[in-house]
Amino acid sequence: MSAEFQKIDASKFRFVNESERLHDKKFEDKPIGYFKDAWIRFRKSRASVVAAVIILCVVLFSFIAPFCVKSHDQTFMVVTYAKKPPRVAFLRDLGYKTGCTSRSFSARSLMKALSTGVGAEDYTGKEQISFETAMQSDYMPILEITNAVTTIGADKTEVTTYTADIETYLEVGFIYKSIEQSELENILAWEKEHGKHVLYPLVESNEYCMDATDANFWYKSDAKGNPLTYNAKGTKLIKVKEYDPAFVLLDNYKRDADGNPIYYEYTGGGDVDTAQYKIRVLYVNYYEYLYGEEPNYFMGTDAQGRDLMLRLASGIKLSLFIAICVSVVNFMIGAFYGSTEGYYGGWIDLIMERISDILSGIPFIVVASLFQIHLAKKVGPVPSLLFAYFTTGWIGIAALVRTQFYRFKNQEYIMAARTLGAKDRRIIWKHIFPNALGTIITSAALIIPGTINYESMLSYLGIVKLGSSQQTSLGTLLSDAATIWTNYPHLMFFPAMMLSLLMICFNLFGNGLRDAFNPALRGTE
Amino acid sequence: MRMFKYVLKRIALMFFVLFVITTICFVLIRILPRELPMEKSQQELILARWEALGYNKPLLVQYGIYWKNIITKWDFGTSWYIAYRKPAWDLLVSRLLPTVLLNVYSLIFSVPIGLALGIFAAIKKNKWQDNLISTMIIVFISVPSYVYAFLVQYIFYFKLGWLPLQMYSLADAGNTYFSWKMFHSLIAPVLALSFGEIAYHCRFLRAELTETLTSDYMLLARTKGLTKAQATARHALKNAMVPVLPSIIGSLLAIMGGSLIIEQIFSVPGVGQLFMRAINTFDYDVFMLDCIFYTFIGLAGGIVVDLSYGFIDPRIRMGER
Repeated sequence: MSAEFQKIDASKFRFVNESERLHDKKFEDKPIGYFKDAWIRFRKSRASVVAAVIILCVVLFSFIAPFCVKSHDQTFMVVTYAKKPPRVAFLRDLGYKTGCTSRSFSARSLMKALSTGVGAEDYTGKEQISFETAMQSDYMPILEITNAVTTIGADKTEVTTYTADIETYLEVGFIYKSIEQSELENILAWEKEHGKHVLYPLVESNEYCMDATDANFWYKSDAKGNPLTYNAKGTKLIKVKEYDPAFVLLDNYKRDADGNPIYYEYTGGGDVDTAQYKIRVLYVNYYEYLYGEEPNYFMGTDAQGRDLMLRLASGIKLSLFIAICVSVVNFMIGAFYGSTEGYYGGWIDLIMERISDILSGIPFIVVASLFQIHLAKKVGPVPSLLFAYFTTGWIGIAALVRTQFYRFKNQEYIMAARTLGAKDRRIIWKHIFPNALGTIITSAALIIPGTINYESMLSYLGIVKLGSSQQTSLGTLLSDAATIWTNYPHLMFFPAMMLSLLMICFNLFGNGLRDAFNPALRGTE
Repeated sequence: MRMFKYVLKRIALMFFVLFVITTICFVLIRILPRELPMEKSQQELILARWEALGYNKPLLVQYGIYWKNIITKWDFGTSWYIAYRKPAWDLLVSRLLPTVLLNVYSLIFSVPIGLALGIFAAIKKNKWQDNLISTMIIVFISVPSYVYAFLVQYIFYFKLGWLPLQMYSLADAGNTYFSWKMFHSLIAPVLALSFGEIAYHCRFLRAELTETLTSDYMLLARTKGLTKAQATARHALKNAMVPVLPSIIGSLLAIMGGSLIIEQIFSVPGVGQLFMRAINTFDYDVFMLDCIFYTFIGLAGGIVVDLSYGFIDPRIRMGER
């Protein structure tokens, strides 16, 4: 090379093209990548889209439900209103029957149920209210007498059996309470403010009161609970055996010297603050006084008297949390394990395969039970359930990843990457793994319904005990309902429906995902 | 010969896996604290027996004793709580019959229906019948079996009153599991079990059959002059059954495992219920045997399914990679 070119001054150089930057020609359309392609295919499957929307709705429900109920949260518990069917206040205002069940009554029990409504109307103790007029009352538990059948009983007397719709919240009727002076004043102030009665006349405990602890026996009755009335001459009390809509019950209220009923009674205690009073409250109004709202349970209440809807929402949250946790963690373990054994092959593969053989050989029920027995007391039931899932749940995914790696690892582009000096880690995660991603995501999505199913099964069987006042799961709700659901079908209906809905939707969603990522597999399920 | 070797290899591997799992289970179960019954006289007796059986020796020695007893006397330990001092093995065997009976009925009921529906759906592919069946399959497979159990109980016991709520005890049904009365009380659990089974077989056969129905040899068969029904029955169905049959054979073995939840709901005195009671009463020897039993069934089922491919379809050769 000649000397003049050996050292050229930098200022002599100049760019060939300074005005315009050089590029490949841009695509006219936007490029469609693997995931976009899958998304387009997924959108076309109507069932999967609907399923996805329903899943979204259920998740939204579980988060929004606590905000729909203003007066209480999921730990709120009213034992008096345990196992009650759904009651929605605004449906009631529109004239629908809500919170009611159909039940059959004898004449006596029917009259007792009706008496609650009469008593609620007869606040002053002076009004003559028949059953018929009391039927118009808002506090009448019997909403409608649908059927009356008269049969000849064993002792040749006519027995009439009634079928009626009864509002189970109002059926509670009156109860006795013992309160302090300050609360009594609060109640009286509340009564004045809202124009509703909480305190009702106390009942005399004489021979006409069948059960002094049951505040619903406010009318004169005999020892069996049959209501009493005066005979035609008005001299003697006789019992009433037949239900007559025009019948007026005789009250058995405690009265002062002027004949006015007594609403509260001093029972002891010293000064103004600690004085105790006995009162008789109409529970619906007392509830409203306590919690500022009339009983309003969209899905009824559970066996302890908690709001079933809020319990269900928290159950869905826990079940989904477990399912998603399991899905994500098993996805990661499976991907790591499967790619290691698939990529390296040979004796590493052999040993790792035997390990997963052994782990997959243990039935899941055994794993879950052992984890619960050993760990539940130390780390709590939810973490030990999660560990049980993490122990064996990833094997399916690992096997999938392994086959994918065997398929791709000897292809030309991997060889090219290796020739260019790519490290093992880069080849695994940047070159092979993305190819297997679709398959793996699909199976990770299908882990979710499986996990929910197993979780509910285990907690239904009582192997896993997830229920507490703070949390619950779908299976726990079902298990709580298992022995009593025949009398209270709503306890079983709502959790079972929600669980089935979630299972169906997740399966449909997973199938749609699989079809979208792997069109070749469409139809083989 | 190669096949024989392959079978041997699989069985040897199975026992190896079974052995490892047994060891894990043994250690995990034996290190649990044991609880004594409330009664004082029983307590001393049990403590003395445990001492004699070597429960207080080091774990490794205990494990040796455990295997020695199994190999020499076929003794898997003793039940202390469920059935006092009854051998665990006898207890398990006595629970097998109800479980097997229940599952055999379910299989007899669900396999023909499932297969028939599968064939029907495949023939009517993409028509409304197929869509209906496919929707039902998704529902039946997704919804857990105990939801069906409640449905069955609600409809057939509470609404119609046709079936009893739970399985009759042995004494109620005339001291035999094969009486008409016992069968009657088993209908409800069989129904509850069958929804999922029907859907499973139906889906499997439908998927296989739709594939074989569109293959080239079907075209050839029709060209030869076979009617559509003939071609379907003789060619498509035969090929479609190749993967379906092993799964049915596999479920024949799985019936011994029973269904934990169905047995619990219908109070069937079967293996599943025994497992539940063993956990709840901490009857460890029974629990241990149950674990081995379930593991064995699972592993053996896998082998039987794999091997039956070769017996059913000679084109599939065993032991080849």
